[in-house]
Amino acid sequence: MAETIQSEMRHTGFLGLLQRVGLSGRALVMAVPYAWLLLFFLIPFLIVLKIALAESQMAIPPFTSLIENVEELKYQITVTFYNFHYMVTDDLYIVAYLNSLKIAFISTICCLLLGYPVAYAIAKADPKWRAPLLMLIILPFWTSFLIRVYAWIGILSNNGVLNNVLLWLGIIDQPLQILYTPVATYIGITYSYLPFMILPLYSTLEKLDNTLLEAAADLGCPPWKAFLKITLPLSVPGMIAGSLLVFIPATGEFVIPELLGGPDTLMIGRTLWTEFFNNRDWPLASAVAVALLLFLVVPIMIFQNVQGKQGGHP
Amino acid sequence: MANAQPSRTQTKLEPWRDPNEKPYVRIEKVTKKFGDFTAVDDVSLSIYRGEFFSLLGGSGSGKTTLLRMLAGFERPTEGKIFIDGVDMSNVPPYERPVNMMFQSYALFPHMTVEANIAFGLHQDKVPAAEIKERVADALNLVQLGQFGKRKPHQLSGGQRQRVALARALVKRPKLLLLDEPLGALDKKLREQTQFELVNIQEKVGITFVVVTHDQEEAMTMSSRIAVMNRGYIAQIGTPTEIYEYPNSRMTAEFIGSVNMFHGRILESEPDHSLIRSDEANCDLYVSHPGHLAPGTECWVAVRPEKVTISKEPPPTGDGRNQANGVVKEIAYLGDVSIYEILLDTGKRVRVTAPMVTRRTEMPITWEDRVYLTWRPFAGSVLTN
Repeated sequence: MAETIQSEMRHTGFLGLLQRVGLSGRALVMAVPYAWLLLFFLIPFLIVLKIALAESQMAIPPFTSLIENVEELKYQITVTFYNFHYMVTDDLYIVAYLNSLKIAFISTICCLLLGYPVAYAIAKADPKWRAPLLMLIILPFWTSFLIRVYAWIGILSNNGVLNNVLLWLGIIDQPLQILYTPVATYIGITYSYLPFMILPLYSTLEKLDNTLLEAAADLGCPPWKAFLKITLPLSVPGMIAGSLLVFIPATGEFVIPELLGGPDTLMIGRTLWTEFFNNRDWPLASAVAVALLLFLVVPIMIFQNVQGKQGGHP
Repeated sequence: MANAQPSRTQTKLEPWRDPNEKPYVRIEKVTKKFGDFTAVDDVSLSIYRGEFFSLLGGSGSGKTTLLRMLAGFERPTEGKIFIDGVDMSNVPPYERPVNMMFQSYALFPHMTVEANIAFGLHQDKVPAAEIKERVADALNLVQLGQFGKRKPHQLSGGQRQRVALARALVKRPKLLLLDEPLGALDKKLREQTQFELVNIQEKVGITFVVVTHDQEEAMTMSSRIAVMNRGYIAQIGTPTEIYEYPNSRMTAEFIGSVNMFHGRILESEPDHSLIRSDEANCDLYVSHPGHLAPGTECWVAVRPEKVTISKEPPPTGDGRNQANGVVKEIAYLGDVSIYEILLDTGKRVRVTAPMVTRRTEMPITWEDRVYLTWRPFAGSVLTN
């Protein structure tokens, strides 16, 4: 009796086939993101790791293979940590890493200082204005990232918009050299990543319960102090989320320092590019990439933790 | 409900009856408009020191807006508010000698219970040692001595309510405003907390203004109640006055349940009124001072518990305050039973009778013809 009911409950067709191999619809749905991560994250990473453990050679592909067939049924695995060792001993890489962290850190602070007032203003705006204002924040994403960075060359160059305006206003009498300096890199990164700071900050500030501020006022706290004691501490999760969303990609940034930063703005993304395409040293470049990832795993894990907490305690 | 009411008004002074007593809070012709909508409409009100004053009304009656104007979160469109003689028109919320307990409690989620309670004292630059002492006292007052180090999300709803109360009380405000203080608690806890709130108020001696939509809560706790309806005050009085002598159909129907008999004045004398009611199919004799011209349209309100129900016809009298009809509905509530009687005129009358006997011995059942009588003092004459 029970068996007939069970057999009736079985689906036919594709779902039935899945059930027969022991997969429910639920497991299938869960499998999709894992399959995605496996296919587009873990496997590529393992390939990069494999290259990082090989030696450079003048051939196609330009690195030695991990497993070699020495004689029939005898395989030899060659692993070399030479690239990692080289990276630690040569100043260039350490300096590039530290410089990347510094540039990313300062840019993140700039984004935070600029983004917080913007996010706060949008969150406090009349509800009917919030959606259009957020739209304006997102609008730049509709044009190519590359074009927007190029546009900054036109603005910052010696006879660009900025210098011309400053000269015309009489504030300076000689064009400022901004383009191809670290300052231009900071401007470029801050500009490009600002929306990633504003959006999580906005969502935290918008959720902030206004009665908390009324309660603070009621207990004798003037508005500016209530901001410091209530709004600011309660928006820390948004600040952390926004900062990591800026800091993580900014550390590995290549395009902005390449286009705006000039030759001496050393960042790890550019070093990576040089190793890959100028020196054709794929194993070393891969080692640099693996190290960069390890550097960023820590902030990514903090980010995940903050996200989890935000979900847990509204 | 009425029997749960502590006899506050008899034991306490009634400052509002003393013409020499100065009101502590004076609301003068206050109107508040939001765009075209008038939330509070020309309200004037005096509250005296040490009162437990309730603003009672349904949603949209303007009671919360009035409370928020006392706190300073809203500014009156017209009119003035004085607290202890000082005009509050240009005083921002953070400088008012007033504290509020919010309906949502509005506890700061990133601070411990202690830090929440100490918050207001820190704003006043109270010395650290004194803050510690006062916070501890406040926690003991609301019986949360052990919970100082917890965060609000680690507390139950009832505990959070107490923290909110302690936080509002610890500054010893001249006036404590409570917005639906028991609204988020379940029924059992609410009943306990009602009495506790009254005890705390008597202990600290602070003037309380409470907003509530729950008439039972207002009756239990208040020294006086202002019944609000669509922005205006329908009636102000002690719980007894409001219940026994409603001044309008609105108040009578909002507080408890009531039977309304439509009629016209026959006699209006200093000691009584006589009303002819076609709905009740009898003359209604009301032993309160009458001041209406004969022929005036009016309603007589009679509370269900003041009507006597019997299967025996009453001994012949003048036929006043007597009606008869058929029992249509009976609701057995344990302590009382509610009967709904259909009069021959088509009017339905509600009667509550205490269950002195066991239900099995209950003599009255469905479709019985019953006789209703009530005493001359039971009714109130209302015109609007």
